[in-house]
Amino acid sequence: MARKVSSRRVLVSTGAAWFFGFLIFLPILWTFLTSFKTELEAFAIPPTFLFFHWTTENYATVQGRSDYLHHALNSIMIAGGSTLIAMLIAVPAAWSMAFAPTKRTKDILLWMLSTKMMPPVGVLVPIYLVYRDFGLLDTRAGLIVILCLGNLPIVIWMLFTYFKEIPKDILEAARMDGATIGRELVYVLTPMAIPGLASTLLLNLILAWNEAFWTLNLSTSDAAPLTVFIASYSSPEGLFWAKLSAASTLAIAPIVVLGWFSQRQLVRGLTFGAVK
Amino acid sequence: MATQQTQVLGRTLLTPAVALLFIWMIVPLAMTIYFSTLHYNLLDPETEGFVGLENYRYFLTDPAFLTSLRNTLVLVGSVLAITILLGTPLALLLDQPVVGRSIVRLMVIAPFFVMPTVSALVWKNLLMHPVSGLFAWISSLLGVTSIDWFADAPLLAVILIVSWQWLPFATLILLTALQSQDEEQKEAAEMDGAGPFPTFLYLTLPHLARPITVVILIETIFLLTVFAEIYVTTGGGPGLQTTNIAFLIYSQALIQFDVGNASAGGLVAVVIANIVAFFLVRIIGRNLEA
Repeated sequence: MARKVSSRRVLVSTGAAWFFGFLIFLPILWTFLTSFKTELEAFAIPPTFLFFHWTTENYATVQGRSDYLHHALNSIMIAGGSTLIAMLIAVPAAWSMAFAPTKRTKDILLWMLSTKMMPPVGVLVPIYLVYRDFGLLDTRAGLIVILCLGNLPIVIWMLFTYFKEIPKDILEAARMDGATIGRELVYVLTPMAIPGLASTLLLNLILAWNEAFWTLNLSTSDAAPLTVFIASYSSPEGLFWAKLSAASTLAIAPIVVLGWFSQRQLVRGLTFGAVK
Repeated sequence: MATQQTQVLGRTLLTPAVALLFIWMIVPLAMTIYFSTLHYNLLDPETEGFVGLENYRYFLTDPAFLTSLRNTLVLVGSVLAITILLGTPLALLLDQPVVGRSIVRLMVIAPFFVMPTVSALVWKNLLMHPVSGLFAWISSLLGVTSIDWFADAPLLAVILIVSWQWLPFATLILLTALQSQDEEQKEAAEMDGAGPFPTFLYLTLPHLARPITVVILIETIFLLTVFAEIYVTTGGGPGLQTTNIAFLIYSQALIQFDVGNASAGGLVAVVIANIVAFFLVRIIGRNLEA
């Protein structure tokens, strides 16, 4: 039975929710609007909200002067590459722990989780020196390796919680009908696992895209992804707010959109299944 | 019942992941421990040598360590307090009948997907600039003198930025937990004449106890290592006012190139994180059995 809700209450909670939602979203909206202003208008007091001279020149400047596309490409390759490699390693591992568990499975899972809790700054020195000696500083390969290892525990955990939910009975039925492991994998497991695989992929793409400890410390220009590119605006010359806003909008737009699609998985992935 | 064949297959499939994580965890950590016992500065490689625990003594008695430990605790504590105290009512609000809830949810969750360097620079310039920032303009409308955030209250400024990034996380997790709450229980309480406040206190709050614990522990792990926000806004300053442990170790390693001392600091950071991790792993492990 649905509870009766007075329309007054709906009105009040709707108003309050929209107000606070808008407040939280305001910095992003403001960045978006500022990216279409001229530098003078971006800096003007009182600020203009919608009635300013809309221009897209900042976007052209950001690309022309600092080669935005080069860094965007780095971001795509580093986030995409590290996520794909992590998936390739994690899928077999999660499959094995979900479908052929042993007595030690729980310990292994918790141990993997504990590697994620090591603060990166604790191993900054050795990683930096090893990267320097092997010529991996400021290379995409170097960043792909480190982001892949850093996110591997989360990938395995997410996949494990998804695989766990696939009913075992279906596998047994397939086995009774004489399906081999190979056929079982292709015809039974894969179709059921695809939603879980997709959301794991998505969440880790987001985490890798936004990663800003290793990227800031291990890359400067050639391999620098968007996190590092944006950081270069911290020591600016002259008026730069509109350009900063344009660069920021470009850097966050794709990932905010992806993120909106993966809200539910976010909770699950980031709490390691502790909250669903 | 798993067959012999699947057992063998299972072990084979698991090995690469375990081996990689083992190497990733053990090798750098062992190197950190080794470096932490050396006098080793990259700018002065001639004087390299074993010094025992000297680096730890130096790191732990350095006044900068106490300052940065204090800053770390203030940062973590404040952000936790802000995100939980604002996130809980916000989640309760979004759990109400709200027209267009999915759009409000999108707006609330969005900051979490903004990369740290962007949120830090946007806040520092567009919002917190003492003359032309949005906050300065709003305070002038209200007739209040605007403050120069990064000169007068730099640590508070960093806390606000980080809180904005983590508020969506707390809200989303608490909202997810609220939506799994038993509606019938609440109805029964209402029919028994319980008002909204007792219902919240005796039904909802106990239901939220575990998700709140999870939020606290997970946020703590990430907040202990806040780095990018400090790196692009204050560089740890003015003075040491916004230097946390992560930033202190970074500056010893990659600005002063003092490998030995930074390694000792790194191990101190690992120990602090492990204390938190111990509790988190226990909670998640308990959940795994259910």
